[in-house]
Amino acid sequence: MAAIFQGVGAAAPLSSSLSNSFDSNKSVFSPRRSFSVRKRASFAVVRSDGIVNLNPNGRSAQRLVSNAVATKADGPAASSSSKPGHELLLFEALQEGLEEEMERDPRVCVMGEDVGHYGGSYKVTKGLAKRFGDLRVLDTPIAENSFTGMGIGAAMTGLRPVIEGMNMGFLLLAFNQISNNCGMLHYTSGGQFTIPVVIRGPGGVGRQLGAEHSQRLESYFQSIPGIQMVACSTPYNAKGLMKAAIRSENPVILFEHVLLYNLKERIPDEDYICNLEEAEMVRPGEHVTILTYSRMRYHVMQAAKTLVNKGYDPEVIDIRSLKPFDLHTIGNSVKKTHRVLIVEECMRTGGIGASLTAAITENFNDYLDAPIMCLSSQDVPTPYAGTLEEVTVVQPAQIVTAVEQLCQ
Amino acid sequence: MALSYLRSSSSRSVNLLKPLSSSLPLRRPISTDTTPITVETSVPFTSHQCDAPSRSVETNPKELLTFFRDMALMRRMEIAADSLYKAKLIRGFCHLYDGQEAVAVGMEAAITKKDCIITAYRDHCTFIGRGGTLLEVFAELMGRQAGCSKGKGGSMHFYKKDSNFYGGHGIVGAQVPLGCGLAFAQKYSKDETVTFALYGDGAANQGQLFEALNISALWDLPAILVCENNHYGMGTAEWRAAKSPAYYKRGDYVPGLKVDGMDALAVKQACKFAKEHALKNGPIILEMDTYRYHGHSMSDPGSTYRTRDEISGVRQERDPIERIRKLILSHDLATEKELKDIEKEVRKEVDDTITQAKESPMPEPSKLFTNVYAKGLGVESFGADRKEVRATLP
Repeated sequence: MAAIFQGVGAAAPLSSSLSNSFDSNKSVFSPRRSFSVRKRASFAVVRSDGIVNLNPNGRSAQRLVSNAVATKADGPAASSSSKPGHELLLFEALQEGLEEEMERDPRVCVMGEDVGHYGGSYKVTKGLAKRFGDLRVLDTPIAENSFTGMGIGAAMTGLRPVIEGMNMGFLLLAFNQISNNCGMLHYTSGGQFTIPVVIRGPGGVGRQLGAEHSQRLESYFQSIPGIQMVACSTPYNAKGLMKAAIRSENPVILFEHVLLYNLKERIPDEDYICNLEEAEMVRPGEHVTILTYSRMRYHVMQAAKTLVNKGYDPEVIDIRSLKPFDLHTIGNSVKKTHRVLIVEECMRTGGIGASLTAAITENFNDYLDAPIMCLSSQDVPTPYAGTLEEVTVVQPAQIVTAVEQLCQ
Repeated sequence: MALSYLRSSSSRSVNLLKPLSSSLPLRRPISTDTTPITVETSVPFTSHQCDAPSRSVETNPKELLTFFRDMALMRRMEIAADSLYKAKLIRGFCHLYDGQEAVAVGMEAAITKKDCIITAYRDHCTFIGRGGTLLEVFAELMGRQAGCSKGKGGSMHFYKKDSNFYGGHGIVGAQVPLGCGLAFAQKYSKDETVTFALYGDGAANQGQLFEALNISALWDLPAILVCENNHYGMGTAEWRAAKSPAYYKRGDYVPGLKVDGMDALAVKQACKFAKEHALKNGPIILEMDTYRYHGHSMSDPGSTYRTRDEISGVRQERDPIERIRKLILSHDLATEKELKDIEKEVRKEVDDTITQAKESPMPEPSKLFTNVYAKGLGVESFGADRKEVRATLP
């Protein structure tokens, strides 16, 4: 709890290796023009000198239309100023979603450490306290167990609290409340109570934050019955998932990632939500299905560029819904490509990838031409040293090797 | 017990000849008699950081008879549950409340159904106090469909949403933050109601309790934390578990009141006082000095850590039902026989309900998957083909 992260990357780029490779690689050949440009648009970002770089190539930003991402397709000659929608960073998208829901429903309230007057340690709740007052945006003392419990108790009466863990790892202290009360009360009361809470916070491996502040809690929470888990990865789905989670009658845990808060993207002006149980097709393909979520999506997309150069055609799906899995979309993909690679940031043992492997094997074994490969983080506490930390997490080069191996 | 008797201005005099029913020559129609009677509690209140309420409690014959009947019903229900458990119709955990009935009935007399109550696993009688029926209790204990949680909760998970009874929780102490959350929601909605969050002397040492108390005091929530101190946390006596067993003082900056929990009228007075206090000044702690005759649960005989003499001593001197019985008899509100008839009637009611509950069927197998999520999400919708129901039962 000592590391207060003020705006992780207000000045620093998301990942030096990532942005360099994108910016320098201007003449990337890609049979799918849309995907590369889309990635470019969503990455384009706030560089250290504060310049915002939207469309380095000047190519049109034709949005990739997929099942779950229902946006208007832009015309080929549209310039950035007359494009519909507005641009913002991921944390602003979360804030916008939260603010719109708080306006729409007076029962929505936010509780967490430093969410009110301070504006949130990642600025997701900035400005809300001024707008909605201290009773709706509550600064709690450092007592995760009890304020999570209080949020759940308030939800039993019909309020809709959004509980923030300053870092997902701190919610381990509230595990009992989340598991026993949040997940199970709807069942043990025979349906009398619903618990419409949203528990959100940043997790994942950041930039040398140390072992305790780099935890992936999705693996610990995934077997709690009664909760839903979603992971956002772009400003578009961050806002959509936040809104859907708040409107849902079930408890939803929204996993954000510390390093993704400064992603920039153009999102629609109108009200929209993303289906909580649907996966997102990021890049359709034919040769192999790559399932991923959260930050690893970007490592996968980077690897995809290399793979495409080498002649492979990967299908990339951002599973988004960690519990329950969208086996419908995943199944259709497996039936098409017959090869699956899972790339996740969870630990090898007992992570989301392990469950997903089991689920796919159980349901689609007949469609698989090769065993499912799962790339996860190493089963070690995240070290502080930068070089070691890089090796703990899956890197694009490993993804490329894995696909080559899989497609032999 | 010091008694003072006030006659009301409407002349309801002692009339031996006023007939109510043909078989029972009652002194007066007590079931609707609301002549105020003032009773002094036998044990004074001890307070911490506040002024103790007066020892004179206003009551009336109707209320006293209701207390008697309700407590007799609760006592009979718990003893019947004991037999059912031994007959293996109730399985798992069964925590009995007999001895502590005064807390449940006294609290109900002081509040409305709009105030919230949340408690831990010793919840059968609190549920009855909140308006739950005997059938719902026995059916739930036996895991039948007619139970209050449709058979899916069990002894430790009784809930009644329409009368604001929030359970029914198995993990020690976890209900206290939930209770403070209920109080927060009441303050948020400006309801002018309060929440009573009950916990035991064992849970009084949980950290989350103090965390929740801190937040409640900071935000001025109408939360009343009630420690039902039966002096034993399962097998550990309070002096072995708490450095400071004065639980009403443990709130430090939060005021507290120690109450004789075996006296339903004292409990009523304290809860009334606490409700007024909480609405104005924020949280308050009530410590109910009470006792349980049974062990912690059915698997605990209750005699390895305390002597049988102690148990029978409390039963003779402080039993809550006996106290009300003596009060009724000394005020001539009913005869010995009438009270015994009430007890017989209660016993019959319990027996009949058990027979009825035994006939209620077990839940359908498909109900295994209902109520996991609201609107039935999850297992049924997310098969490989969304239209296919994937849940297969063994």
